[in-house]
Order: sequence, then C-alpha cells, then structure tokens
Amino acid sequence: MARKLNLRIWRGNSVDGGLQNITVDANEGEVVLDVIHRVQAEQMNDLAVRWNCKAGKCGSCSMEINGKPRLACMTQVASFEEDETITLTPLRAFPVIKDLVTDVSFNYKKAMEIPAYEAPANLKPGEARMQQVDVERSQEFRKCIECFLCQDTCHVIRDHEENKKSFAGPRFFIRIAELDMHPLDTLRNRKQKAQEEHGLGMCNITKCCTEVCPEHIRITDNAIIPMKERVVDVKYDPARWLGSKIRKRDGIL
Amino acid sequence: MTNSIERYKYDILVIGAGGAGLRAAVEAREAGLKVAIICKSLFGKAHTVMAEGGVAASMGNVNDSDNWMVHFRDTMRGGKFLNHYRMAELHAKEAPERVWELEVWGALFDRTEEGKISQRNFGGHEYPRLAHVGDRTGLELIRTMQQRIVALQQKDARDHGDAESFIKVFAELTITDILKDNGKVSGAYGYWRESGAEVLFEAPAVVLATGGVGKTFKITSNSWEGTGDGHALALKAGGNLVDMEFLQFHPTGMVWPPSVRGLLVTESVRGDGGVLTNTDGIRFMFNYIPEVFKAIYADNEAEADRWYNDQANNRRPPELLPRDEVARAINSEVKAGRGTEHGGVYLDVSKRLPADVIKKKLPSMWHQFYELAGVDITKEAMEVGPTCHYVMGGVEVDPDSAAAVNVPGLFAAGEVAGGMHGSNRLGGNSLSDLLVFGRRAGIGAAEYVKSNGANPVNEATIKSAAEKIEKPFTQTGGENPYALHQELQEVTHNLVGIIRTRAEIESAIVKIADIRKRSANVTVSGDRQFNPGFHLIFDLDNMLLVAESTAKSALLREESRGGHTRDDFPGMNAQWRQVNHISSFDGSQVNVKSQKLPMIRKDLFDLFDIHELEKYMTPEEISKGGSN
Amino acid sequence: MATGVFSSGRAKISERTLRTDRWWLQPAFTVLVLFSFIVYATFRAFENAHYFVEPLISPFYSPCLSTGCVTGSSLLGQPLGVYHIFGMMISPSLFILIFPLGFRLTCYYYRKAYYRSFWFSPPACAVAEPHSKYTGETRAPLIMQNAHRWFFYAGCVFNVILTVDAILAFRNEHNQWGHMSVGTLVLLANATFLWLYSASCHTCRHTIGGRLRNFSAHPIRYKLWTYVSILNHKHQNFAWVSLFGVALADLYVRQVSAGSITNLYFF
Repeated sequence: MARKLNLRIWRGNSVDGGLQNITVDANEGEVVLDVIHRVQAEQMNDLAVRWNCKAGKCGSCSMEINGKPRLACMTQVASFEEDETITLTPLRAFPVIKDLVTDVSFNYKKAMEIPAYEAPANLKPGEARMQQVDVERSQEFRKCIECFLCQDTCHVIRDHEENKKSFAGPRFFIRIAELDMHPLDTLRNRKQKAQEEHGLGMCNITKCCTEVCPEHIRITDNAIIPMKERVVDVKYDPARWLGSKIRKRDGIL
Repeated sequence: MTNSIERYKYDILVIGAGGAGLRAAVEAREAGLKVAIICKSLFGKAHTVMAEGGVAASMGNVNDSDNWMVHFRDTMRGGKFLNHYRMAELHAKEAPERVWELEVWGALFDRTEEGKISQRNFGGHEYPRLAHVGDRTGLELIRTMQQRIVALQQKDARDHGDAESFIKVFAELTITDILKDNGKVSGAYGYWRESGAEVLFEAPAVVLATGGVGKTFKITSNSWEGTGDGHALALKAGGNLVDMEFLQFHPTGMVWPPSVRGLLVTESVRGDGGVLTNTDGIRFMFNYIPEVFKAIYADNEAEADRWYNDQANNRRPPELLPRDEVARAINSEVKAGRGTEHGGVYLDVSKRLPADVIKKKLPSMWHQFYELAGVDITKEAMEVGPTCHYVMGGVEVDPDSAAAVNVPGLFAAGEVAGGMHGSNRLGGNSLSDLLVFGRRAGIGAAEYVKSNGANPVNEATIKSAAEKIEKPFTQTGGENPYALHQELQEVTHNLVGIIRTRAEIESAIVKIADIRKRSANVTVSGDRQFNPGFHLIFDLDNMLLVAESTAKSALLREESRGGHTRDDFPGMNAQWRQVNHISSFDGSQVNVKSQKLPMIRKDLFDLFDIHELEKYMTPEEISKGGSN
Repeated sequence: MATGVFSSGRAKISERTLRTDRWWLQPAFTVLVLFSFIVYATFRAFENAHYFVEPLISPFYSPCLSTGCVTGSSLLGQPLGVYHIFGMMISPSLFILIFPLGFRLTCYYYRKAYYRSFWFSPPACAVAEPHSKYTGETRAPLIMQNAHRWFFYAGCVFNVILTVDAILAFRNEHNQWGHMSVGTLVLLANATFLWLYSASCHTCRHTIGGRLRNFSAHPIRYKLWTYVSILNHKHQNFAWVSLFGVALADLYVRQVSAGSITNLYFF
C-alpha cells in the first residue's frame, strides 16, 4: 500500500534557508509526522522537528502544511492528492530556530502577563462547591493544548511584528475568558486589563484562530466576543456602568 | 566547547517537568528555595498530558463508603502485594488533599450534583474514585501545575523584582549526567537541545521526575520522551532500580492504523460501559477472572450489565479487572486466533451508550478514533490490543522523603520511582502518585538542602561530563542511532515483552549487550544545533541500560505476577512475593541482586481479610501478622 | 522595514502564502454579494417610490416617518417633515436605514466578512495582509464597533415594527382582515429571518445570560442562553438569509407597487 510522496521541506535557520524537495515512502494510514520521521531516519538525520505525543494531545508538532497552520500528527497523508507535493514549513509568525522548529517563547512571556487564578481567601481545600453548568464554559478553554497555531495564524502578530508587545493573542484571550468565567475567581479587573493591557481591542474577530484550533475550541464565539461584550459592559456602556455603580452586584460585572 | 559552558547555581534541580517534577518544584519553592526545572521538551508538553481517566483519591464524593483504607487495599491488591506498603499507605492517605489543592490552584474538575468533584469508576478500584475532567485529566493536571508555577513566578516578580529569581524553567534541555562530589550530589550537566551548548547546574539536591521507559519498546503509548533518562541517570550516579521486570502493558492501545499503533484508549471506555469481544462475538473476559478476584467480579453478563446502574448489589464486570489481567486475556485471545485482522480485539461502547453521551464523556477518544482511524466510536467498535504503558519498577527510594537509596542528595518521584505500585499499577494511581510523591520529594529535597548546604562541583567532574557530550561527534563507526533504536525495540518487544521465557530473555540480554557495544560507534550527521540524531544518542544509551536492567530482572523472577508473565513459570508464588530485584550499574554492565521486601506493618496487615492474604503470602508470613 | 512574515528572524520564504487551496474564493464571493446588496439598497433608498401598496410596505421604508410618505405607509405617524438637499427630496428611507445598517455594520459576523474581503485584513487565514500598520478596533473610528449593543436594541425595535407590518399584511387591499397573500408570506418570512438574525446575535447571547458568572443561580436565563447559543452557532447563516430576505421583500413590494406583478391572494 506504500506510495511515493513528494515533499517540499523548509530547511535552514534564522539567517537563511529554503525549501528542499525530497521523495519518501508513505504507508496507508500514516500522518505527515510519520513521514517526517521516515525522512529523519533515512535521509536527513538532523532534520529538526518538535513532537511529543503523536496523538494531538500535547500540541508540539505545530507547523504549516501547504501554507496552513496544522499539527503534523493530525494531518493524514491520505488527505492529499496522489500527485500533490506537500509543502512543510515552520510556523511563520515566530522566529525560526532550525528547519521546522520555531522559537515560541513569545507565548510563554505572554502567559506570564496574565494574572493567575485567585481563589477566595477563606475557602479551604475540599470546600469548593461548583455546579457543572458553571464550570463548563471555562472547561472548554482548558482543553487548550497550547499548540499555538491560533497565535501563529493571527494576523495581528503574524503580519505585524511590532504588535507583539501589546497583544496577548487568542490563546491568552481564552485564558482570560476562562478566568473571568471561573465561578470562584476573585480578581475583578480582568475585563479592563484585557482591553487596556492585553490588546483585546486589536482583535478584529476574523476567526482564523477558531479555524485552526485542533481542539475545536470556539475561540472567537465563546471567548473573544464574550470578552469584548464584557469589556463593553465595564467600559463602553454608560447605562451598564451606572447600574454597576449603584447596585454593585457581584457575579455580573 | 568546555570553556564556554553556561553555569547556574540553584538549591534544587528538578529534572522533568511532568506532574511529579512540577509538584516537587512548587513545594521546594514554597519552602523558600531556589529551584530550576528542566524539561526535555517545551514547558507543559510532558507525557502527563496523555493521562486520560483521572486521578485516584478516596474523597468519597460519589460513594461515601470510600476512604484511604479501601484505596490502600485496592492498591496493594492491584500490585499483587509487592508494593512497598509505606508508599501505598502515604499515597492512599494523602491523595485527597493533593486533589483539593489543585482546585485551589484553579483546576476545574467535573462536578457532582452537589457541586463536589465528580469521581468515576476504574479498573481495580472498589468505589468510584477517579476525579476527572472528561478524558483529559492529565492535561488539566499539568496545566494547573504549570499555571501554579507561573503564579509563583508572578509573585516573585512582585516581591523580588524578577519572575525567575526563585523558579526558572529550562525548556528543551537534556541532562546527560548527575554530578557527584564527596560522595554526594553536586549538580547536573547537560546541553540545550536548541543549540547544543553545554550547561552546568550546581545544586546540592536533584529531584528526578523523568517519567517512564516506554520508548524502549516497539508498541508503546509513550512519547519520544519516555526513554528512561532518570532511571539511567540514577544508575550511573550509583543509585538502585527496584523491580525493573514489571512493565504495565495497557490492555487497550489502538492497533490500527499503523501510525497510531500503541496509542492509548482510555480505561474510562470500559468504566463507562465498553465491553470487550473477540471475533466470535464472545465477551471473553468472563473466562479470565482469576481465583483471587472471583468474589468481586461478575461471572455472567446479566449481573455485569446490572452493575452499571446498581453497584451496591452486583459484582463488577470483568472488563474492569486490573490492567495486567485484561492485557493477558487479550493477548491470549489474539494468539488463539480469535483476534481481528490487525491483531486486536473489539472494544465497543456504541451499543451501551447513546451517541451524545459518548461524545460528552469520552470526547478525546471520539476525536482520536474519528480523526486518526476514521472510526466513529458512537457507531462502531474500536480495535484494541496491549501497548507498553508504564514501568512499575524504578529508582529505589525512601518512601517518606523520596530520597534515592545510596545517593545522598538525589530524589525521585513519579513513574521514575519504584515500589509504589508493586507488580502492577491501578489506573488513576499514577496521577495521584505524581502529586503525593512529587510533593514529598520537594519537601525531602528542601530539608536535605537546608541541613546539608551547598556541595561545590569539582572542575574534573565537569570535564568528564563535557567529554561525554563531545564524544558522538568524534566517533566514526558509521552506526545509525535510529537503526539501533529500532533494533532495540524489536528485541524488547519480541523477547522481554508481555509474555516471557528463559530462553528468550537470555537471548535478549546477549542482543542488548551487542547493541550497546555497537552504540559506541554511532556517527552523527550535522552539527549540534537542534539535531535529533545527536539527541537520540543519549536517549539510546539510557534505553539500553533500562532494557538490560529489565531483562536481567525478568530472568531472575521465576513466577508470573502483575506486569511480569513467564510462560515457563505461569503461577504466582508466595516465596517470590518476598523478593525485590535491585539493579545497580558498575560502569560496564547492570547487576541485579535479590533483596527482601519490607514486611507490611501490623495495622496495615490487619486491614485485610486473612483469607485474602493467604492467597498471596506464605503461612509463616501470615502467622507473623505483619511487623510492629 | 520588512515586517510580518518577512520580518528578520522568521523563516525565509518569499511567498506571501503557501496555501494551495482556493482561499480567495470566499472573500471574492463575499465582495460580490455584499456589493450587489449595497448597490441595490442604495438605489432603493434613494428611489423614494414603489415602497407601499396596501397592505404591504417595504422593509426599507418602514416606519415611514416623514410627511412626504405615501398615505397609509406611516405606522408611527409622520413626525418628520420633508427636507431637501441640492433640491432633491431626502428619501424617508434614509431616516431609518441607519439603524439596521448600523446593526449589520457593527455585527460580529459582518465585521469578519468585510475585514477579510474588503479590507484584506487578512484576506484569508495565513495569507499575509497588505497593510503595514494595524491597530484593530482600538481607536476611532473602529472603536465604535463597541456600540453594537445599541444597534442591537434598535434592531429589535425595527423587528417589532416589521412584525407588525407582517401582521397588517393579513388584510386585503381594502384593509379588511382575514386575508392572506404571497406578500403576507414574504413579510412574515422577512420578519422571521430578522428575528433569527437578532436572536442569534452575540450581543443578545451576552445580554440574555452570557454575562453571568454563575449560571446555576439563574436557571431561566441559563436555559435561554443555551437556546440563543444554538442559534448563535448559525449566526452567519442568519446574517445572510436575513439580508437576502430584506432585499427580496423590498423587491416584491416594489414590483407589486409598480404594477409589474400582482400580489396573489390565497384567501
């Protein structure tokens, strides 16, 4: 059942590099990562690629396949035409290190900027009571495997290097949404910070993050837009703002 | 190269950034110490993310009859009483607190009606005990811990002006040596995977939390990281490994397509009603209930089916037997010609649960089969077979402090540590193990550092460590590391796999020695920058040591127990239960000796029905009734 | 200086995108359809004729608020006078169109659609955009997108009016109740699509329950939220369907009013 597969792999480093053509065997049922491993074992021993679980659960083998941000372990070889050349490149929103490996440290810096969960001060371990319906929204965002494909595809930083300093990116908007929707989180200025510090307003909801998410998290509809609406509540809605001042109702704002 | 090495000084070095490593780091930081965390891959990608079913802790949220004693009993039973009783005791007692603690750090487990943490049934556990988040519990655990580290770093940034002043994560770094001076740990040596640049860590205490050894085998659920690094580092540092013959073959790995062969199918599929059938359509597990389990497992389909709705009045379905039993049963069915064309059996949940419930309870399984195998598990059966999943053996440690025996300053927690699970681990007990002993290793290391102080590294020690890293570039033998790795996997798979015999094991030992000899001739192409061929050389060295240790231990143990099955010695033998196999390394080969298993304490002994213990222990042991 | 995918340090690849699929198809289609709508709507808004014929009124002109409106078309009276610019009478449509227009312009779905297809920001995922600077919706005028909820409220008012219009269409040419024509169906369909579009709106989803922290404390709002969430999933479809709906309803009324077709009565 083996077939010959034509690949175009980007090889190089931060200074220079280019696409190299190569032909490799592919067996039935294989994914692109399998083929990369065969190239590595047989033809290019030093081909750099990140991977771990090979099951779409760790988010390590992020790369661009035919120009689309994808996980190599979740891309079936069979999904390409017989005579199609498959182009593999590193993520194009981040600095390249070598071959298919990029420097994704941007994301870890951004993670550091999001204020952590703050549990109620007087709640002892084991005493928390939360209803399933109240945790489900945040649970969706906690499915995130941090493959950073959403960060890679987001044009705000992909196409504008200078925006990186002021924009957290979709992965961290879902983190903010997760915490803002967490039934017990006590930090109350996440919405303001999202707009003022993390660049939520830079997002023009073109939904590419949602399109590439391998976990099918509905990033835009369930996290970014609800956060934008929550920002409107506290910053751009005079009626709501006034109401909150008068009634100070917890649990809403 | 040696003149330009990076140097760092820490109080504690944690090698491994999975659940155990991160938990140890959190504890050590909270004790006021400076901690470095080493990950072989990116931060947050550790193999812990693959754990699906849940974390076992007797919180009693779903069934309030549960408590630590029941959990302890289940764990000992599962391990066929080869567990270190003290580890099993600490584990059962402390697991609930460790789970609740995660919640304080932001974990969002699935809930019960009352709003407590929900718990699910799992093989070998008497009551619903596994706290879970759908079937991605490991991810939740790793993310929570990762975010806890970030929270501590944010606090350090506020208090000390630098987020990395007390905890720093070194991602994509391989440790090649634990350094020792004056007979005690003085640090570790390694290199950045990205650049190949060498790094020296000076630290009086090192916590090993490197996980498992699955990549030694051909069919495994482990990722590339499971190369037994910590096992080998400990051996080379003078430490011992205990009971390396015990490997858990998870009964349900995917068997098709070939690229995902070995990939785990969570036990929750069975816990939630999935049944195993052979190609004759027979639910064969009823034929494989061992004598010791007959009292608690149903022997007919009707009762097994009733159990899902009424657990008080019915015995459990045999699909939920401990993993080793199920794995052997599947293996036997396939060998008897009742397996599928891809060498597995059928696991079917589609006839038991409505499609929407399956998607809700087992979302990543649905996803995994749909996207990787083109199988819709809400409509069709899955094809499954055994896959190398977990190593019960590991570094011999002191149960309370997680300190490695023989190596002052070295600690080990999680899968890399041995003893806790005996001859077979129950599902769900690994995540709780990580938390309980990760924390204990953190405390142990912190206390050790506080009472022992720094231990400077000698320049000569550094030099020899550096030479080892340079060596592959100077070798010219032409061996391909990928080819050698594949050969090793064939040997372990065929000769020290799920079923073993003396002749096969002996031949494996010879072959492993041969591969080891040839591995001195591997040649690297390319340079040091992110070079997977170069990286594999160090992994290969570790895997060879692990395989040797496993094979030699397996040869000695002339019985079948848990994760060690000898075709030539099919029964369990009470005499052998009293024996641990201790591996050590003399610089050229692994030596294995027998050591007496510590006798169970009297109060723990008394937790069991005497008739149950009679199935495992010798009459003399029974008459002693445990130690005081 | 090169930025974006051509920034120094990133993998050197000269193509703006390596996508091999027809990624330009969708933006091109969006441009085509939206542009056609704009042309038609502009023509109709300025035409100031053929928008009313008993008992049907075009959604482009309802409510007709100026004293210049044809008799019978002003559901809410005629508070506004007749105004001229450059000697041309301002069409009464222009007084009201701003509201539904604003609703659609600030709609989260349409924003995606026109940012991509008209502004190429980005033209498609992983296709480099042509702009050298980008500030998103952080400053004027795009910060006004945050006014979406006000347009949503206004949109709901219009939905009520257009629903009343549809109910009024259960009459015949002589204002006698109990009749039904193709026109009735057209206006009913239009109102239904508009309600679906509004109800599936992200702002609606937020207002009805999304803003709550604890669903369990508000079971009814939670229930409503789950329904709206289901609709929200199809917001894009409703956005298009209701757009066509409005245009077709207007076209139907226009053709009947101009006498090109006859409004067929069922009873």
